[in-house]
Amino acid sequence: MTSFRTLTLGTAMAAAALLPMAASADAKAYKVGLIASLSGPTASLGQQIERGARLYEQLHKTDLGDDTIELVVRDDTGPAPDVAKRLAQELVVRDHVDFLAGIIFTPNANAIAPIATQAKVPFVIMNAAASATTKASPYIVRVSQTIPQFTQPLAQWASKQVDIKTVYTLVSDYAPGIEAEEAFTAGFKGDGKSVVQSVRVPVQSPDFVPFLQKVKDAKPDALYVFLPGGTQSTALMKAYQSLGLKEAGIRLIGSGEVTVEDELPNMGDAALGVVTGFHYSTAHDSKANADFLKAWQAAYGADSTPTFMAVGGYDGMAAIHHAIKAMKGKGDGKAAVDAMSQWTAESPRGSVSIDPETRDIVQNIYIRRVEKVNGALRNVEFETFAAVKDPGKAK
Amino acid sequence: MITAALTILFHGLAFAMVLYIVSVGLGITMGLMNFANLAHGAFAAAGGYVVVMATRSLGLPFWVALPAAFVTVALAGAVVERLVVRTLYGADELRQVLFSIALLFMAIAGFTLAFGPLQQQPEIPAALSGQVTLGGIDFPAYRAFVIVAGVAILAALWLLIGRTRMGMRIRAAVDNRNMAEAVGVDTRMLFTLTFALGTGIAGLGGGIGADVLSITPTYGQEYLVLFLIVVAVGGLGSIFGPFLAALCIGVVDVAGKYLIPEFGAFFIYGVVIAILLAKPAGFFGVRS
Repeated sequence: MTSFRTLTLGTAMAAAALLPMAASADAKAYKVGLIASLSGPTASLGQQIERGARLYEQLHKTDLGDDTIELVVRDDTGPAPDVAKRLAQELVVRDHVDFLAGIIFTPNANAIAPIATQAKVPFVIMNAAASATTKASPYIVRVSQTIPQFTQPLAQWASKQVDIKTVYTLVSDYAPGIEAEEAFTAGFKGDGKSVVQSVRVPVQSPDFVPFLQKVKDAKPDALYVFLPGGTQSTALMKAYQSLGLKEAGIRLIGSGEVTVEDELPNMGDAALGVVTGFHYSTAHDSKANADFLKAWQAAYGADSTPTFMAVGGYDGMAAIHHAIKAMKGKGDGKAAVDAMSQWTAESPRGSVSIDPETRDIVQNIYIRRVEKVNGALRNVEFETFAAVKDPGKAK
Repeated sequence: MITAALTILFHGLAFAMVLYIVSVGLGITMGLMNFANLAHGAFAAAGGYVVVMATRSLGLPFWVALPAAFVTVALAGAVVERLVVRTLYGADELRQVLFSIALLFMAIAGFTLAFGPLQQQPEIPAALSGQVTLGGIDFPAYRAFVIVAGVAILAALWLLIGRTRMGMRIRAAVDNRNMAEAVGVDTRMLFTLTFALGTGIAGLGGGIGADVLSITPTYGQEYLVLFLIVVAVGGLGSIFGPFLAALCIGVVDVAGKYLIPEFGAFFIYGVVIAILLAKPAGFFGVRS
């Protein structure tokens, strides 16, 4: 944080020096209302988004010439649509923000959508991943991911594996989990391929042993898992190891949250060999990602690891910058949405763009395997599905 | 099939022991002082953090870290009791609940500030990280240790409460506080000691159970319902009651999730309702 503060101070002094000039030009001060969950059990997720957004601001402050962006950060405390809605209202009415952004949980995004529509304020979603959310308001642009988008490529990959014929699915019993279960079941098909059983587990399961013992008895070739990440993923991995499912020949596949980077060190070698489908891995081999990781660790410490949430925050600010540049000080919320719909970038996760028809992200989905690289567990990408549009919209 | 049943039983027992170790202190203090301490789980989390810090940052052995967790948290408990809890004895339940829930929220914010929002795991000794084979079935060694520790703590508490002078005073004060005071028991001192003991055991439970219930800042809030269930079903002021309750709940929960996973966490609540309808004071409660 120190470096960030120094930088802010530096910029402030530079701005003061330029004051006579800046006053003559018609510089515009934009406000971005960033809503994320910064306290409670999901505090780590909100921290990732906020840090990602601030990092982009820190690196690209001078790109807008005399225009400035101010981040107004609010905490929606978790999956709490009423809180999110109230905060969005305050940001629009009292703070007069030009953009709404952030949002980890889909219900919160859905609650804010009508406010964005009424106030004609563009709303950049940096995580909330249920497919239908972008339909909730014409002012929504999503830069993160959708659940069918990363689930279906994994299902296609699994369909091609000769040694995966039967799959048992286990998902958290809430809307995204059910969406993942449906997307996987729809995508996993072919000769002799079948989903033998599906189970939905409570969102907060302290212990996965009973569920996984049932899986072990069923002897599928693979277990597909979708979980909200965090401690749940580690708890699953512990049960997977202590019941010896790997030794019993049951492979573990799932969404990227199962092996999310900030939990991987807690999982230990049990995670080795787990195959996941997702859009971002810190092990992604590109210059953009290397630069991103370097800047991240310079700003937040060498032992801090960004996750896909941070990339969502980072790219969300990139899209907002793009809109501000394209509008050149003129234009309303609709113009900003139109500008962002044309946004393309070389993100830390790879090439991304926005589908102008759905205002949803188009990106590569990678199939990754957990491997040990220089002594640390990483999600190593080995197959790419290029420029995947959200399959949920095709329906 | 038998292998599966034994595995389920084993993991149910381990889960039950963690619940027992953390909750037993809550039952004793609630029974003795009529103080509904909703912040109890925060003391367990504190114990977990002590073990994490001792093994990870200070490089102390696990076997040193556990007693350290007990002592540190017991001292913290004694301080909290002397400074604030003391003023709330005899206050109405609403004030006690509001106070202790506020204490819990402060602890959550404090843990997040000090240790970050992510979960922390202690370093477990190599001897406990493998598998043990019993009757041809492999069980994780650490969970076997948790079960042994649970039984050992039950035995130690039984000796302490049932066989020592301090235990006699505690039993007397639980049964009838006024009479105990009248015959010369220093209940002020007794309350401090008991509160320290209760929170200390919770701290120990947080440390021992860190592998089963992960240590996060919100630990005390996430599992609060489970701890309260164990105490309510077991009966206030008893040490065997919570043990039986934890066994019942741990095994029923695990078995229910295994047999009918669709109902997930429902079983535990069904069983609690049934038991409390039949015995409103819990298994061994002196009062409801």
